[in-house]
Amino acid sequence: MIHTEALTRSFGSGKQVVHAVRGIDLDVAEGELVAFLGPNGAGKSTTLRMLTSLLPPTSGTARVAGLDVTADPAAVRSRIGYIGQKDGAGHNYRVWDELRMQGRFYGLDRRAAAARAEQLLDSLDLGSLKMRKVSTLSGGQKRRLDIALGLIHAPGLLFLDEPSTGMDPQNRANLWEHIARLRTERGTTIVLTTHYLEEADSMAERVVVIDHGEIIADDPPAVLKADLAGDRITVLVDPADVGPARAVAGRVGRELAERPVGAGVELALRVDVGPAQLPALLRELADRGVAVRAATVHQPTLDDVFLTLTGRSLREGADA
Amino acid sequence: MSTPVLSPTAATPQLSRRGVLTDIGSVWQRETLTILRDPFSLIFSLLQPLIFLGLFGPLLAGVTGDGLTGGGTLQWFLPGVVVMITMFGTSMTGSNLQFEIMTGAFERILATPLSRAALMIGRALKELTPLVVQALVIVLVATPFGFRVHPLHILAGLVLLGVFGVGIGALSYALAIAARKAEWVFWAVQQTLLFPLLILSGMMLPLETGPRWMQLAAAVNPLTYVVDAERALFGGTFADPAILHGAVAASLTCAVGLWVGVRAIRGSTF
Repeated sequence: MIHTEALTRSFGSGKQVVHAVRGIDLDVAEGELVAFLGPNGAGKSTTLRMLTSLLPPTSGTARVAGLDVTADPAAVRSRIGYIGQKDGAGHNYRVWDELRMQGRFYGLDRRAAAARAEQLLDSLDLGSLKMRKVSTLSGGQKRRLDIALGLIHAPGLLFLDEPSTGMDPQNRANLWEHIARLRTERGTTIVLTTHYLEEADSMAERVVVIDHGEIIADDPPAVLKADLAGDRITVLVDPADVGPARAVAGRVGRELAERPVGAGVELALRVDVGPAQLPALLRELADRGVAVRAATVHQPTLDDVFLTLTGRSLREGADA
Repeated sequence: MSTPVLSPTAATPQLSRRGVLTDIGSVWQRETLTILRDPFSLIFSLLQPLIFLGLFGPLLAGVTGDGLTGGGTLQWFLPGVVVMITMFGTSMTGSNLQFEIMTGAFERILATPLSRAALMIGRALKELTPLVVQALVIVLVATPFGFRVHPLHILAGLVLLGVFGVGIGALSYALAIAARKAEWVFWAVQQTLLFPLLILSGMMLPLETGPRWMQLAAAVNPLTYVVDAERALFGGTFADPAILHGAVAASLTCAVGLWVGVRAIRGSTF
């Protein structure tokens, strides 16, 4: 569905050149759900704009839905759907007018555009808002209208740029329900950008981590976390028990670390599957007569993955 | 919530190949629907040219003396008013666009396969649509006061104005894109350019009595030729060479406007 080679984009000229995207090689197969994850300014949106033909690449090539984005941008646009970060519907227009005219923009005839608009109003629960002015809609209603606008021509490939930014949890869940339905019922290929770690983690099958305009990791979230971070277990023991505790912990896990916590010592170790290995560790420690005062299992997030990859936290980066 | 749309059994809509004319029609229709949903704006826009005609015309007749009295003044001044409302309308094409750039609707529309030129032409034609109604009302109101109506000539005049208006609309569109980060810049530039252009076209007052530099400025103002052409057409002739000059000025403005506008769209990120 998508194939890019050494895709780059710079802005400005002379000494002020900003290399927003520095060579992206990416393949996305039909039916995949891919999330671009990275801090603000990492080049996610710029990449998405090139893939949707909204921005010409500085160098490199991109084929999207079988067509070259530079050679035939209009044809690419007719085969894809794009839902941007801001409101897609014009504030001074009526919901119904925006939807059916969007159908006309994609080449549906008058009747087909109206029929399709009706279907989407119904499917996205917008029927009662049909003749409302867009400016009077709530944030969640506007977002549902954006989805309807993006789906008017039933594209096989849908791009979403930061789809859930600024949404409350209920609307975000609602959005994901629609995306999930699109995939299961239509097999739509979906590419989205996000800086919400939890979202990429729970929803995407494949996470492409982008930083400074380059892909620094590309795998399913579970693989990323297992390979690049791993689970951590901590146990708090008496200073007198540190010796035997260290021996046991060293056998069960790796990357052992110690630090004093209050009157005790905390041992931290990295393991493959934390929840499964903790009971065995505790049992062994008890057999050795070590009294464990507290124990925790920390399972990695994509933020840990990002930290391992870049030495920076994605949360800090998102604020910068 | 039912699921007919997303289900695999729902028919995939058939996309036809669109021509530029279809694109222009679609963009025009989207914009015009806002007038249709809110027809009051149209009623108020009808009053503006009538006020000009009613309050300015009599004064002008007094100033210019014998040559332009009575029906003569109207015959001279009315085409100018029609050009003026065209300029007011089309030079504001970009103002709605700026709001749409800000809210995001423009980006959504750019992501559709619509032709870029059609985006501008459609929007400019929307600004020109009320003009047809306005022109008819002005002509109807002026007729009892001695204005002689030549319907075919007026129609030709409106077509010529349409071509010119699309060019001005496209330039306004490009200005809105250039000033997308500072809204006031759009209005500052639009106002600063609009009035000198209008005055230096001899639209409101004859320039024959003005100083030499004004006449020179008028000679390089494309609007001058459009105004002269409109006066000739509204006067009921097709033979005046001013019409050809006006047509050339309008076509050039249109071509330059669309070229600048398409470049502005392609060269900007939103």
